[in-house]
Amino acid sequence: MFTAETLTSWIIFVPTIFAFFLVFFEKKAVEAMRVFALAGTVVTFFLSLALIGQFTAGDGGMQGLVKKEWIASWNINYQLGYDGISLTLVVLSAFVFLVSMLASWGIEKHVKGYLILFLILETGVMGVFFALDFFLFYVFWEVMLLPMYFLIGVWGGPRREYAAIKFFLYTLAGGVLMLIALLMYYFGSATPEAMAITGHSGGSFDLLKLAEMAQSGKIFSPGLQVAGFILLFIGFAIKVPTFPFHTWLPDAHVEAPTPISMILAGVLLKLGGYGIIRIAFPLCPYGAQVGAYALVAIGVISIIYGAFAALAQTDFKRMVAYSSVSHMGYVLLGIAVWKISEVTGAAEGRDYWLMGMNGAMFQMIAHGVSSPGMFFMVGVIYDRVHHRDLNQFGGLSGLMPNYSGMAAVIFFAGLGLPGLCGFIGEVFVVLSAWNYSKTLAIVSAGGVILTAGYILWALQRVYLGPVYKGPHPEAITPMTSREQAIGWLLIVPCLVLGVYPNFVFNYTNDSLTKLVETLDSGYQNTPKPNTVQTTQK
Amino acid sequence: MNEIGLLVQRLLDETTKTSVGLFVPELVLSGTIVAMLLCRILPLLWRVPAQWIALLGAFTAFAWTLCQFDQLVGGTLQAKEIFTGLLMFDQFATFFRMFLCLFLILTITLTVLSGIPDREDGPDFYTLLLGATLGMMIMASANHLLMVFLGVEMASVPSYAMVGFLKGRKKSSEAALKYVVYGAGAAGVMLYGISLLAGLTGTGSLPEIGHRLSLIVSQGAGIGDPIVRTIVLASLMVLVGLAFKLSVFPFHFWCPDVFEGAAAEVAGFLSVASKAGAFALLVRFGLAFSGGSAAVSEIAFALGIGIGVLAAAAATFGNLSAYGQTNIKRMLAYSTIAHAGYMLMAVSALMVMKYSKHGGAESTAVTLSCIEGLIYYLFVYLFMNLGAFAIVALVRNQIFSEEIDDYNGLATQCPLLCFCMALCIFSLIGLPPMGGFFAKLVIFASVFKATSVHWAMWFVLGAGAINTVFGLFYYIRILKAMYLKPRPDGARKVSYDLMPVGLFVLMICLPTLGLGVLPARFTETFNNVASVLLTGR
Repeated sequence: MFTAETLTSWIIFVPTIFAFFLVFFEKKAVEAMRVFALAGTVVTFFLSLALIGQFTAGDGGMQGLVKKEWIASWNINYQLGYDGISLTLVVLSAFVFLVSMLASWGIEKHVKGYLILFLILETGVMGVFFALDFFLFYVFWEVMLLPMYFLIGVWGGPRREYAAIKFFLYTLAGGVLMLIALLMYYFGSATPEAMAITGHSGGSFDLLKLAEMAQSGKIFSPGLQVAGFILLFIGFAIKVPTFPFHTWLPDAHVEAPTPISMILAGVLLKLGGYGIIRIAFPLCPYGAQVGAYALVAIGVISIIYGAFAALAQTDFKRMVAYSSVSHMGYVLLGIAVWKISEVTGAAEGRDYWLMGMNGAMFQMIAHGVSSPGMFFMVGVIYDRVHHRDLNQFGGLSGLMPNYSGMAAVIFFAGLGLPGLCGFIGEVFVVLSAWNYSKTLAIVSAGGVILTAGYILWALQRVYLGPVYKGPHPEAITPMTSREQAIGWLLIVPCLVLGVYPNFVFNYTNDSLTKLVETLDSGYQNTPKPNTVQTTQK
Repeated sequence: MNEIGLLVQRLLDETTKTSVGLFVPELVLSGTIVAMLLCRILPLLWRVPAQWIALLGAFTAFAWTLCQFDQLVGGTLQAKEIFTGLLMFDQFATFFRMFLCLFLILTITLTVLSGIPDREDGPDFYTLLLGATLGMMIMASANHLLMVFLGVEMASVPSYAMVGFLKGRKKSSEAALKYVVYGAGAAGVMLYGISLLAGLTGTGSLPEIGHRLSLIVSQGAGIGDPIVRTIVLASLMVLVGLAFKLSVFPFHFWCPDVFEGAAAEVAGFLSVASKAGAFALLVRFGLAFSGGSAAVSEIAFALGIGIGVLAAAAATFGNLSAYGQTNIKRMLAYSTIAHAGYMLMAVSALMVMKYSKHGGAESTAVTLSCIEGLIYYLFVYLFMNLGAFAIVALVRNQIFSEEIDDYNGLATQCPLLCFCMALCIFSLIGLPPMGGFFAKLVIFASVFKATSVHWAMWFVLGAGAINTVFGLFYYIRILKAMYLKPRPDGARKVSYDLMPVGLFVLMICLPTLGLGVLPARFTETFNNVASVLLTGR
């Protein structure tokens, strides 16, 4: 019944189907609705595991391709598929949604609405990861906005309205830029030369075909590639978020309820990185190469800036939010370390670049586990004492030993302690950056120290120390069994990925190898506007 | 003497044998008006409610236009000029007549449900409503400068009275007076423009104008040439009249006041129907320059750029002004100005592509997508804007207020209405997967294509993109009030019948979603309409 072709659609729409049936639940049957919604996320998670079973290892290309006509006059298709890059992220997302659903038991207000929006959000996310049609991608991308706005705006903290609208505006602005790029590529692919690749007249939204055209180098002019890359990059960088576009993130993360923060950090930020890998780079290899230095610099600035900002926070959750900015900087850095030989235009030390890409992918997965974990740990204590002031904690390890132990493991994973998941990605990225620019590699390695600084300092202020100093000391009770289960669910992958990183690399390496090759040849094939400019770089 | 007899005979033949037969829908509406007024006089029929007669008439007219459209597409009916060239009977006109009749049905249904004209005033109100629709249908099929003016006036005069229909309310009367004064001024300017144009060309027939103009404009004549100057002046004056009907900046001043003063049902009617008629007329007027020499095309090209600038200004102004509004109808009034701007962009792209020097097969394809986009936008706009106004009207009946602040927390009391409002608003913002997004995409795509002809279109496209983000600011305020705010204690309770009211609202709001998810069928139809209009095939 479930082939790879149908599984992708099932994974996308199972949450929606569950959301639809939730409408008919009795308003008072809160517990039943929660269990039902949880079942939806569990089914989705198992379907995503089944998709792993269908995956052919060693094949870097797209698998399980589905192509159905949707809007024929515009050459828009319902086109899905997956490779190692999307597969790992899909499994991660399904997992994070499952865990967040478990963490949503504490939501008491308008439970039905919350669960419906939650499941629709999952549909949007899965759709983005599977879509291979630019138009379809865009539709799913924007579909995520609506539930997110309400999830933050209705169920969030005191400044929720401000945070929700800020999130919405930033992402919509990025989306509009992406829309213009989408049109540029659609019409750019309507030339007679492109027809040889697409096999039909008119433009194309097919991401695979567009990437093929970009690789051939003849169809998209350098100017188009540079303009397109800037538009796409800003659109995705807002989501990642990298340094100048990150200001929505602390507000959204802090105001969102705990499960939604977990999804934001664990899944939504990855969409930005995924977009860069899947769309921005393959569609504009020339633009990406021209901007490589800027991207690396932005990545490094994000790492350092995020870490310093995290150091300065007194709000526990805000600190974790800024740590996301810092950690996602590694992702951008790893993707962008594309050094070319100035004579031939071929990539220099391509294996290092591949290593950077792998590191970036691993960092996304690792951060996708550790960051929700950190938000969850903050949520656990916030639920009890209703404040998040780092300076008013202390002594929790005595009062809640179990919780403190779990939190320590998760935070160490975020810190990048060897043996835990955060370490591998950072090391791979920093090593590959050395090949690109020694200065920037050293600076980015410095970020590791800063990370250790803010995390250890936070651990010290919250968990260590003689006594708890803040309000509501009477409310501090040990973790419930549900909370413990969530904690274990998050800790296990942190350990497993840290010990055996091939769980990720086995899937991503082939796809990324192929990606790096196509990008390399795409850049070489693109006629340069004039040689003087390229040699200056 | 004999020749005159022959001429009269031919005129009679033409009128009775072809023209009247194709004019039946308009005659049905006229007959309905007479029937309603008769019923009022005759004592026996006095008890027949006017709305049912009006509804019956509207249904008949709609069914008739539907058949006509079907036959036109099927080829059993041929497009032709009727009434000795005063009106045009073709797919484009018939589509708009059908559109207006459908809209008429929906508006009458809404007034029945919301009960705005009471029993006593029913016949008056529906007479005005049908009369205005009649005028708009004539606008849509006008083929002669005389009919241009007659159509605009026939549509306007009943509208003035409808705006002032809430007797005894100061705001309503003030709005009506303002509308009359502005309308009269705009009509005067337009009539002057028409007389200049007719005087220059010696004909009133729209398809003739391009040809006649090329006889009087010498090759290479610039704006310094008195004839060119007169043509430009005349065209601008006609555009002023249409811009007034479209409520485009800077001729929009009437719009917010009128919408605030008029009943929501009337405002909804005016915002959609009069725009549809005016856009149909504008397209016909814009195409009147075709078939002329290069010099005439150049004038039309410049007009197209001018319209683009106007469109950008309207969209920006409308969106920015809407932000400060507290009354929902006023806000929606500014939003219609903005939407008129988006739609005007399509007309601008149409004229720019149509009259550019480097025409060809590709530019024809783009002009097709311009008209397709315009029609699609209007079609979606019908549902999303009527939906929003319908909900405003229904909620007003319950809480007796149209202030956005009084909408606080409505979602807890009438989830269905709020859900429908959310659908309309997302569509108005232009988020996928709503129809508003697809319509916007088609228009932006045509404008994007037009950028290759003239750089000013980049400005238009940029304005369109930025305005999508601007729009979010104020639309979201309605949702914020409905969903994010709590319902204040002691606020009036909202209750409505699920059966007719809820069903009706769902019926007009769900198409906004359907038009976004399944646009294929509609784009094909609309593209066909455009193709017949522009290329005769």
